[in-house]
Amino acid sequence: MGEKNEVWQGTLALMVLKTLDVMGPQHGYGVARRIEQVSENLLAVNQGTLYPVLIKLEQEGAISSEWGTSDNNRRAKFYTLTKTGRKLLQAESQHWRQTTEIIDRFFAPDAGKA
Amino acid sequence: VRAFFRRIGATFSRKRADTELAAELKSHLEMLTDEHIRAGVPPDAARREARLRLGGIECVKENCRDARGIGWLEDLWQDLRYTLRTLRDRPGFAAVVLVILALGTGATTVMFTLINTVLLKPLPYPDPDRLLAIHCLTDRFGDTFGLTSFDYRDFKQETKTLVGIAAWDYGGGPVTQPGVAEYAESRGVTWDFFSVLGVRLKLGRAFLPDEDRPGGSTVAIISERLWDRRFARDPQAIGKTIIFAGRPYIVVGVAPSDLVIGPSTPDVFTPFWQEQTPRIQNRNAYMAQVLARLRNGYTVQQAESELALIGAQLKKQYPATNAGRSYQAHLLRKDMVGDIRSTLLLLLGAVSAVLLIACVNVAGLMLARAVSRDRELAMRLALGAKGSRLVRQCMTESAVLGLAGGALGMLGAVAGLRPFVLLWPAGLPRAQEVRVDWTVLLFVAAVSILSGFLFGLAPAWRAPSRELEQALRAGSRSVTGNGWRLHTGFVVTQIALAVVLLVSAGILGKTLLRLSALDPGFKAANVITARAAISPGALSNPEEARARWSDFVDRARSLPGVQAVSLADIIPMRTGTNVLTYWNSPAVPPTNEQTSALADCVTNDYLRVMRIPLLRGRFFDERDRLNSQPVVVIDEVMAEHAFKGENPVGKSLWIQALNRSPVLVIGLVKHVRNWGPSDSTSQLRDQFYYPFSQVQTPLIPFFSSVMSVAVRTSGEPLSILEPLRKAVRGAGGDQVLYDVNTMEQVTSASLARQRFLMVLFGVFAGLALILACVGLYGVLAYITSQRVPEIGVRMAIGASGRDVVRMVMRQSVGMILAGVAIGLGGAVGVARMMPRLVVGAQGLDALTISLMTSLLLLAALGASFVPARRASRVDPMKALRQE
Repeated sequence: MGEKNEVWQGTLALMVLKTLDVMGPQHGYGVARRIEQVSENLLAVNQGTLYPVLIKLEQEGAISSEWGTSDNNRRAKFYTLTKTGRKLLQAESQHWRQTTEIIDRFFAPDAGKA
Repeated sequence: VRAFFRRIGATFSRKRADTELAAELKSHLEMLTDEHIRAGVPPDAARREARLRLGGIECVKENCRDARGIGWLEDLWQDLRYTLRTLRDRPGFAAVVLVILALGTGATTVMFTLINTVLLKPLPYPDPDRLLAIHCLTDRFGDTFGLTSFDYRDFKQETKTLVGIAAWDYGGGPVTQPGVAEYAESRGVTWDFFSVLGVRLKLGRAFLPDEDRPGGSTVAIISERLWDRRFARDPQAIGKTIIFAGRPYIVVGVAPSDLVIGPSTPDVFTPFWQEQTPRIQNRNAYMAQVLARLRNGYTVQQAESELALIGAQLKKQYPATNAGRSYQAHLLRKDMVGDIRSTLLLLLGAVSAVLLIACVNVAGLMLARAVSRDRELAMRLALGAKGSRLVRQCMTESAVLGLAGGALGMLGAVAGLRPFVLLWPAGLPRAQEVRVDWTVLLFVAAVSILSGFLFGLAPAWRAPSRELEQALRAGSRSVTGNGWRLHTGFVVTQIALAVVLLVSAGILGKTLLRLSALDPGFKAANVITARAAISPGALSNPEEARARWSDFVDRARSLPGVQAVSLADIIPMRTGTNVLTYWNSPAVPPTNEQTSALADCVTNDYLRVMRIPLLRGRFFDERDRLNSQPVVVIDEVMAEHAFKGENPVGKSLWIQALNRSPVLVIGLVKHVRNWGPSDSTSQLRDQFYYPFSQVQTPLIPFFSSVMSVAVRTSGEPLSILEPLRKAVRGAGGDQVLYDVNTMEQVTSASLARQRFLMVLFGVFAGLALILACVGLYGVLAYITSQRVPEIGVRMAIGASGRDVVRMVMRQSVGMILAGVAIGLGGAVGVARMMPRLVVGAQGLDALTISLMTSLLLLAALGASFVPARRASRVDPMKALRQE
């Protein structure tokens, strides 16, 4: 269980970074909604798990936060991707692409025969 | 203090982070709710739905806190509060543990503080690790400590590895002006002495090279103490005159009072080379104590090989005197400390054993408590606490106890340090430097944490490994079994350590008994001795000095209550030696075959004062005058060496330093144990006496500086002291007595170190015995209380009270015997080291072993009898009902 969790958390962090990259500054709720929308509700995120990831990313310096006002006039904490975060995102997405490519090759119909 | 603020800051920022998080989550929840409402869900249901999507708020907060990475700190804080709460609930337990730990750490801290100062800390001089002491070793006398003034001068000229090399010599005399006459210790020091040491004078200047030579102007440096007493700290004292040892000196400087040179802090310094005493002119007198500073870039070894090189040259140049000499350089720090090292390490060993027992004892208590908390721990495990978390909590508890005990022990050590140092026999070297510093604080902290870890290990280790389900199901009955083995181990360890300490104390006690039962060769009761100084004015005239001494003795003898009075330059078992070379034929044997003896210059009544038995011939009387036949009286050891058991009376001896050889042996006396406990192993045991009346007149002033007076009284010897002081003061009122001791004090002081060690070991062993018995009692009481239901069953089916007692006792005897066996193994090891560490100590003997072991057995059986008896009184009905 621990291992799965780790993978999951890692990917969640990547999703958060990508979301912030695409949408610009966004609050936690927005990030959660966006992830659900993009995944076309395939991912039923317990939205609570998002916050520890946000805190971790902020501690690592990948994102920064600031209190602001949301579209419907609620106070909310807005997260922004930092320069470090952008670099991290680049490296991670590269890595991710590589990994999926490799995995794909294994599952390709003629894999193993070659 | 800064750490405290930082912690407050951390708490504060943690609070802020928490409120921010709460606000953020709240806004998240509201947005979620808003959306559901927008989708047409009624508000209440919307709120519920939102909660579900977010998950448990508290759980989210907890996860976030973990992510922030300060969870462990919060846990620690929680554990601390929990520990304090549980300890407050059981103040008795906490108090017992703290007292035991405080005793252990306190005693260890005191010993470590001493070792830290005496053995580890650098000397209080600049660049102390370049300061060396230089000794001369001779084939005949071993280490003479000092060099001859000639060798010193040659080294000073030749050396390349030493940047400075200074010498000093012992001295002393009455300071008669300004103020009342009082004896002052002095040192003759070379002009560069203070600069080599790196000591800055409080006032004025050091000697000039011009003053440090024969005929230089008579100048002196006085101590701050003397400056305070005699000049009331007047800066104008520089340039004033003091009369010291009968000569006027102009004060040129004031030295710090805490400047230890040799065994003590002198009050007067005079230039080393100024006075051409016989000693300084003697190529055989090792009178110059030499200290040196290593030149940068050179090592002690290089200095030593240079000394060897110069020494070899000197040997060629002066074969008559320098034949058997070699030289040694070592750090001044080691030189000052001397043989105290073994005593300190021995005591540290004993103290560590006590500390270890204390730890094991507390470990037993903690374990018993942990077992009684099994159900609580099992419950927490069942509720999802992680095992590591429980271990951490147990360790927190023992760390708190360890640190608190350490702090208490530290307080005790600070309070007890001074008295302990003062108790140290014959003065602890560097005693005035002893204090608690950062090193000691660090040491205490380390010891406390380590001991906390040590005794916390057992309970912590078993904390997570409970058979959870079993523990919960066991109900009120605790699961035992495993715990017993650990408990037994603790008891065995304590008993073994106690045995080691008891046997060591026994060996020391026996040593002391044996040494004090030895016949010193004289009768110490009712004899008082003191160093004496005659009127300094008389010293310039040897004839007058001789008359003064005879007048001095007459005055003392005329006092009521005085039976006999004698002068002597050496009092047995006190510092001061005069070793002379002798042979028994006219031909001078080669230097390495010459034998030497302790030479004591005395007056006619010496045997009557000391009650040394005369075996043959006669002692000195009026017949032995300056110009009559030179005579000596020798002791039995010397007679054996010189005349192989033949009657020595009437035979001749040639004694190098007594110019008018040969001398006639007129009497044989019993051997006196001059070196106290180490006398029988001493290299030099031959003794002879020669009459003061035959000392050459020119030498009288020198002898005057070393003479003591010994008085036999009919009553309590100290009661005669004041009349004696008055009687000998003389016409000028400037003759003084100092270093006053009764011979009983002298003999008892010769065993002071052994006695001191024995008392301390006795205390430690007693402590260990008590702790071990308490530990044994505790464990047995605990085990039997666990077995009450079982005992109830046994009694219900017919076991008698006696059977139960026997059953419990069997268990305890097993533990005790195992402990004794292991302990005796350790004791054998310690006993083997003892003779090397303590002068006069002998190895293990059957009596000591059996005495000490039976003492322990008795105490331990007594301690185990109480719980056994209590177990036998168990009411079977009640016990069974408990089930």
